[in-house]
Amino acid sequence: MRQYEKTGILSIKDLKIPSKKQFEKGVAILECVQEIPCNPCVDSCPVHAISMKDINAPPVNNFEKCIGCTKCVGVCPGLAIFVIKIKANTAWITLPYEFVTVPKVGDVVQALDRKGKVRGKALVKKVVKHGKTMVVTIEVNSSLAMSIRNIRV
Amino acid sequence: MRIRAHPIIDFKKRKELPFYFQKKKIVGEEGDTIASALHAAGVRTLTTSLKYKSPRGFFCGIGKCSSCLMRVNGVPNVRTCIAPLKEGIQVEMQEKLAELPNAEFFGEPKKTIDVDVLIVGAGPAGLCAAIECAKQGVSVLIVDENQRVGGQLIKQTHKFFGSKQERAGTRGIDIAKELEDDLRKLESEKKITVMTDATVIGCYESDKKYRFGAVERCDYKSILYDVRCNAVILACGAMENMLLFPGNDLPGVYGAGAVQTLMNVYGVMPGKRVLMVGAGNVGLIVSYQLLQAGSVVNRIVEAAPSIGGYNVHAAKLRRCGVLIQTSHSIKEVCGEKKVEGAVLIRLDVNWKPIKDSEEYIKCDTICLAVGLTPSTRLLSQIGVHLDYIPEAGGYVAPHDESMQTSVKGVYVAGDASGIEEASTAMIEGKIAGLAAAIQLGGSRNKKLLVQYREELVQLRAGPFGEKPRIAKEKIAKLAEVHHASV
Repeated sequence: MRQYEKTGILSIKDLKIPSKKQFEKGVAILECVQEIPCNPCVDSCPVHAISMKDINAPPVNNFEKCIGCTKCVGVCPGLAIFVIKIKANTAWITLPYEFVTVPKVGDVVQALDRKGKVRGKALVKKVVKHGKTMVVTIEVNSSLAMSIRNIRV
Repeated sequence: MRIRAHPIIDFKKRKELPFYFQKKKIVGEEGDTIASALHAAGVRTLTTSLKYKSPRGFFCGIGKCSSCLMRVNGVPNVRTCIAPLKEGIQVEMQEKLAELPNAEFFGEPKKTIDVDVLIVGAGPAGLCAAIECAKQGVSVLIVDENQRVGGQLIKQTHKFFGSKQERAGTRGIDIAKELEDDLRKLESEKKITVMTDATVIGCYESDKKYRFGAVERCDYKSILYDVRCNAVILACGAMENMLLFPGNDLPGVYGAGAVQTLMNVYGVMPGKRVLMVGAGNVGLIVSYQLLQAGSVVNRIVEAAPSIGGYNVHAAKLRRCGVLIQTSHSIKEVCGEKKVEGAVLIRLDVNWKPIKDSEEYIKCDTICLAVGLTPSTRLLSQIGVHLDYIPEAGGYVAPHDESMQTSVKGVYVAGDASGIEEASTAMIEGKIAGLAAAIQLGGSRNKKLLVQYREELVQLRAGPFGEKPRIAKEKIAKLAEVHHASV
């Protein structure tokens, strides 16, 4: 049994990690590792970077092709896609958000990791509405790029 | 307590409806059921148990159990969880077994409806069956117990998985709206008759056609319909499973479906601090929706050693700080008249409780998401062959590829044919609807039938589709055996 099947928390080892160069242009991290029948992310990708062998196969992102456009973030029914962009000491994380208090650009919010632990503060850089899902981009220290996955407003 | 702000649902302030509970005035809102209005006003105890005098609240919240029976305007045994709230009604708690009422049950003379196909249940399977059938020019009557059509879809605020054909990425509540629009269009063209707040009560003697009794409730009185049809599709859904532990009947112990109905359909907060039992997709999804409604989910306990639902659903909760404890279960509920807390216990690899591993937690609501059982009573009454298939959730009707049961012209679809989920229920509904239309000569489109079947196979192909796959394989084998013996 894999650890996440017990805890619900993915570890970095469960994920495919982009190169430094790929992080610099911004790429989508698909935190969707199980075989579940779902494929809207494939259709949402304007550059056909996301592919799937069949509807049950986990999606694979071709980091070379991915342009980090964030379109897939608001589409994913599992709220499991995050776009990460890193330049020097700064990281921008784009994540889906579906709670009542919607952050505004310029707000400082709490930054939470995969366990829901507050790991620091984040600056809200962009908020885009995708239906009822908010697609929020936050700025954090680059060391937290692959840890922060939620915000508390 | 009412939910006024919600990230997904727009709960508008509705017209106030005053009514009486135990002679005391309470104000509900238009669109409420009696139970949702009472819950919003803080009334959780609706009845007392028959054997003991212990207080009881509702459990299933969707009209499938007997936990919410009350006397309304003198009529006993009204299922208040689905009975619409009306202005000025008198709602009372019943004494043990209710007295026979003085109120008139059948206030109106019997009416007759002649139709090609009767569909029981207007959830995802029933709606898709009705639409598919009516499109082929076959006349349809669809009957549902609730005020609104859509079944459990009307409370699914999350985006659906699946593929484009099954509307992946669309929220269940929006799919319900799309299906209802299609249904109402066909209704306005007189191709479908829709009967809500009504129950199909049984199958009766008839020379040629099938004959069913249907009762439409009208101001807590009833109108009896004599329905004659050539085929029937039973899409009656399923019922939430109960778990055995001391205190499981205390008001505040609810099925996951009841919690979801209260908060997402009626905008009523189920509780402030919730313990979720069960980490399958239902438990995980409802937990997240509780957070969205503003409740605190203390934690999720799961008796199995691993999380049964999708990791993406579990991950959403974990990053909000909600703990999921596998190999843990509920030992008992604490509280005199209502839920005040619970004792949890750790389980070993054989699911046996580990001594001295108890932990007390404070909560006001316990939500059970421990599986569902297909609703097959009507099938059984018709004389359809039923078999016990654990992977399908209990007794189900062996059916062929067209969803036809051992009795010709009797079809089944959705959870009533084996527990699965809404995307597959919709396809099964389409198959049953189209197959019934073909049988009655309304269509010859067997190609489309094949296409629908392929879609089903694809959706069940992954590891999470294993259980329904096994269930459906067993069902197919039993259907063959049974057909051969006939």
